[in-house]
Amino acid sequence: MSGNVSAIGFFTRTRRAGRIDITDILSWLWLIGGTVAVLVPVLWAGMSSLKPEAEITRFPPTLLPRAAVQVEVQGFDKPLSLWNVTADDETREMAMVRRIGLKAQMVDPQNPGKPVSVDTRTISPVQRLTVATENYTDPLTRFSFLTFLKNSVFVTFVATLLTLIVNALAAFALSKYRFRGDKTIFVLIISTLMIPLTVVMVPAYLVIVGVGLVDNLWGVIIPTVASPTGVFLLRQYMLTIPDELIEAARVDAASEFRIFWRIVLPLTAPALAVLAIFSVLWRWNDFLWPLIVLSSRENFTLQVGLNAFQGEFSVQWHYILAMTFLSLVPVTLVFLFLQRYITTGIAGTGMK
Amino acid sequence: MARATGLADRALDLAMALFEAPINAVERLIGKGRMPYVFLAPNLVLFGIFTFLPIAIAIGYAFTGGTELLISDRPFVGLENFRKLLTCDSYLVPGSCEESLFWTAIWNTLWFVGFNVAATLLVALVTALILNRAIAARGFFRAMFFYPVLLSPVVIGLIWKWFLDRNGLLNVFLQMLGVPPEIFLLDVGWSRFFVVVVSVWFHMGFYTLILLAGLQAIPKDLYEAAAIDAATPSRTLFRITLPLLGPSLLVVLLLLMIRSVQIFDEAWVLTNGGGPGTANTFLVQYIYQMAFAGDLRLFGLASAASVLMGLVLLVLTLVQLRLGKKVES
Repeated sequence: MSGNVSAIGFFTRTRRAGRIDITDILSWLWLIGGTVAVLVPVLWAGMSSLKPEAEITRFPPTLLPRAAVQVEVQGFDKPLSLWNVTADDETREMAMVRRIGLKAQMVDPQNPGKPVSVDTRTISPVQRLTVATENYTDPLTRFSFLTFLKNSVFVTFVATLLTLIVNALAAFALSKYRFRGDKTIFVLIISTLMIPLTVVMVPAYLVIVGVGLVDNLWGVIIPTVASPTGVFLLRQYMLTIPDELIEAARVDAASEFRIFWRIVLPLTAPALAVLAIFSVLWRWNDFLWPLIVLSSRENFTLQVGLNAFQGEFSVQWHYILAMTFLSLVPVTLVFLFLQRYITTGIAGTGMK
Repeated sequence: MARATGLADRALDLAMALFEAPINAVERLIGKGRMPYVFLAPNLVLFGIFTFLPIAIAIGYAFTGGTELLISDRPFVGLENFRKLLTCDSYLVPGSCEESLFWTAIWNTLWFVGFNVAATLLVALVTALILNRAIAARGFFRAMFFYPVLLSPVVIGLIWKWFLDRNGLLNVFLQMLGVPPEIFLLDVGWSRFFVVVVSVWFHMGFYTLILLAGLQAIPKDLYEAAAIDAATPSRTLFRITLPLLGPSLLVVLLLLMIRSVQIFDEAWVLTNGGGPGTANTFLVQYIYQMAFAGDLRLFGLASAASVLMGLVLLVLTLVQLRLGKKVES
């Protein structure tokens, strides 16, 4: 076997029970390397978001959030910073009173007497593990994070609900009826799949201006509700529902709407669930369209707000990272719980 | 779960009670046969207003000038916008063009599309082939690679911006290796490189998944037959796996191209809106800038650029449909 190890063989050979060779090792290296590449930037941002402002841009950085220790010392109004002082092979913790050139005036915090003069080259700051929870709590109160969150939740929830209803109705019509123009309408709807928002964003914005929804959350919601992907996905699923069920309901004199609502919709639940997951992710992560439509701060969604922050407070990485992390949490939770449905949904329909 | 379904049922009941009477009245009025039009109406109205109407307006706008919003207030300028966009001494040198930013954006976009498509396809294919093997914890790795696909472009831009910062983790690694630190996003070459890296990082999981689905659809007995014939692994790859993966590869290739042309969000956040200079100014950003950023509001020019971009995407999509049909038959 060892003579047959080529780059190509590595991808194609099937594993024999009980034997591990170089192709397995390379596979594992690739997979583990990839996992590290995915996780490291995310986790690094997460760890950094816990660091105090003063520590966040230190180079080289520490892995864990740490901060310089301040102590109250008798006889001094302000808290003093604590330093390790090395003298005669002995290290002591002392508080710095002031610093003059290469000399620092230090006192013993337990027993403050007359400050002693110490060479600054022999001292290093004392640091303790400190989680800067204020990175998370400050934006909640000071930067209208909660407003952005509320807007994002509203947009995501309402848009998803409307998307499901509007597209399920259309899919029902296109899968369970034969009527004049049915094929044309289907092709027309599907053809819009290839027209990306970017191409029509200028006139779409003008339409939004025309209907008076500029700087309004409904202006973000409504244009995205009719989704060709949604119609397509739901229609394909509804085609598998037997027509006999519908015929039987008609015999029982059910109205067409009742057939849709009471029979077809519940049976489409799995497809609706997949579409709902995607719709939530689309809306939660959407950026360009809300960026265009929304102009005042109180209407920003989380993504637009985050972007605005990083423009305005580009030095305040401790806040930016904390908020980035908060906005990542819902998506991560959705993914953790629904991972299998999401991946099979995408593999099955090729949608995103 | 039972409680959740109970709740959903109650919500359905409530909506039923609300909508049934008026919709049934409509049914009695127009007859059962016309009900599909009623069901289609909300969708078609929204499509009409927010997709078809904008397409028509975009084409109309492309032929007008001025800065007014209403098309009736805008002067008709004929092909002026297109002329402006397409006038160039040499198309290879954006600086020689009347609208040099447009051509800068086009060239940036083309470079990005080329590298991004190649890199993403390669990484996704290798990953899919590996994940298709009988390897332990396959589900975990599949989920791991897929995770970034779900994140928002803004979040991804910010996370990577932090990672590539002057004081970022990448510079720490480099310092350990004795390489001097670099401000990656302020360097033209590095910033372009990392826009591609971030894009691959962001999207490869999605394409891996499509390719994986394609790989799993290849009948297993073909491999058994190849094994009986003692086919070498490379023969198996080139004679069985890749040809049968053809349709999936094609879908991935075209989706990748179409989506790469539309790069905006993550590059915008990562590069502070296209920097350094215009090194990462892409086509969508050009349109956005002309129409919305600043006070210019050059809707006509932006629309003309959109129309040109739409034509390119249309061609790509038609190629995809044509090839898709060919592969199917």
